[in-house]
Amino acid sequence: MEKKTPLYDTHIKYGGKIVEFGGFLLPVQYGSGVKAEHMAVRTQCGLFDVSHMGEILVQGERAKDYLNLILTNDFTDLKPGFARYSPMCNEDGGTIDDLIVYMKAENDYFVVVNAANTDKDFAWMVEHKIDGVDLSNVSDKWGQVALQGPNADKILHKLVDDKYIPAGNYTCVFDGDFQGIQVMISRTGYTGEDGFEIYMPADKAADVWEMLIEAGKEDGLIPCALGARDTLRMEAAMPLYGHEMNDEISPLTAGLGFAVKMDKPDFIGKAALEAGQPLTHRRVGLKVTGRGILREHLDVYKDGKIIGHTTSGTYLPFLGSSYGMAIVDSEAREIGSSCQVDVRGRMVDCEMVKLPFYKREK
Amino acid sequence: MNTPKELKYSRDDEWIRYEGEEAYIGITDYAQSELGDLVFVNLPEVDDEVVAGEALGDVESVKAVADVISPVSGVVLEINEDLLDDASLINSDPYGSWFVKVGSIGDNVELLSADEYEEYRG
Repeated sequence: MEKKTPLYDTHIKYGGKIVEFGGFLLPVQYGSGVKAEHMAVRTQCGLFDVSHMGEILVQGERAKDYLNLILTNDFTDLKPGFARYSPMCNEDGGTIDDLIVYMKAENDYFVVVNAANTDKDFAWMVEHKIDGVDLSNVSDKWGQVALQGPNADKILHKLVDDKYIPAGNYTCVFDGDFQGIQVMISRTGYTGEDGFEIYMPADKAADVWEMLIEAGKEDGLIPCALGARDTLRMEAAMPLYGHEMNDEISPLTAGLGFAVKMDKPDFIGKAALEAGQPLTHRRVGLKVTGRGILREHLDVYKDGKIIGHTTSGTYLPFLGSSYGMAIVDSEAREIGSSCQVDVRGRMVDCEMVKLPFYKREK
Repeated sequence: MNTPKELKYSRDDEWIRYEGEEAYIGITDYAQSELGDLVFVNLPEVDDEVVAGEALGDVESVKAVADVISPVSGVVLEINEDLLDDASLINSDPYGSWFVKVGSIGDNVELLSADEYEEYRG
């Protein structure tokens, strides 16, 4: 049975159109629609319920060694109050999940994983646990909202003292105070805009939501849902687990080499990733130059031959055009070259382009 | 839900407006609302045949694609090229945004009155 997040009743109240996602009942859009929600995040601000995400505590005197073993990124120099993104690989170099590690203190880490993968991840982490590490899945205890957009900083400052608001990208403040509610605030997100992710006890999620909506009204804040979350992450070319990567697609193929530290002494999947070089397939961006909308799982052709398939695709509201991402033969992957995508029997012309499609001005 | 009385409706959520021997076809207010922000339309070409109960084209929103099912059999006389440039016209004015004008009309699927359609989708 699908679970409800602590904000389910709030979504109904705000007119959310509810769908099942990752085992949870969540809104796909509110009354204003996906395009308006998308544009609000790019130009003003949007508020998302992301309570479905999983939270796992990694604690103990060997916590850092353990993270370095099971994750591809390097946590040796991560400091308290900072966050770091990483894929987690299986022995074959496939991707079990991608996640964010927040360092609270020495030997104390807070790991946030994809909703649909929480149980799988936790089982894998327990299976590969080493002595001196304690793991706990605290997903049900936490609610989480994402406040995203150029006005996010201004809106949050109306409710939270500056000392609890993380200043730098990928930093976080544990034990913050949000109008009397104990919260963790990180300067992270999944939209390509500036913004925050705010974690609170599940029973306080609705209070935090209502206070943010009220405080943000005059700065254009509107509730946003899964539909816009997907178009926003697509526009920023952020990979989505189950699309750009999965148990069989390595993070290198997915273009996440920046978070795979092959110079670390060892980590699960390293040998397979080394053996898989040079890469036979890689992720690429596609811009539609003909007429049509790309979706996932479509064949990509070049010179009449199939060279790969799309992993995501849609109309991107801010750029005002149709784009997709695909995993294609490395040899056929040439930025600026043209290819065709089979959209339900119709060949649609595309151009291979650099990622991301959209990058905010800083 | 907006359901003009002078139109006929199919259970696939298309509307049809007869003008003598010819007819205009579009999708209903209910359909555009369910699909959400429309971003793309695929239309047949003039002189193409359409068949009652079969797809004459499709519409795509940000999240989904849906076939547009022809309520009648016939031949396409005209297509609404404005929709090719701006599919959001369908969201703002579903009954003004006809997809095709059809002539030589033969069969049709079961058509509902406005009241029947409202009860069906109500």
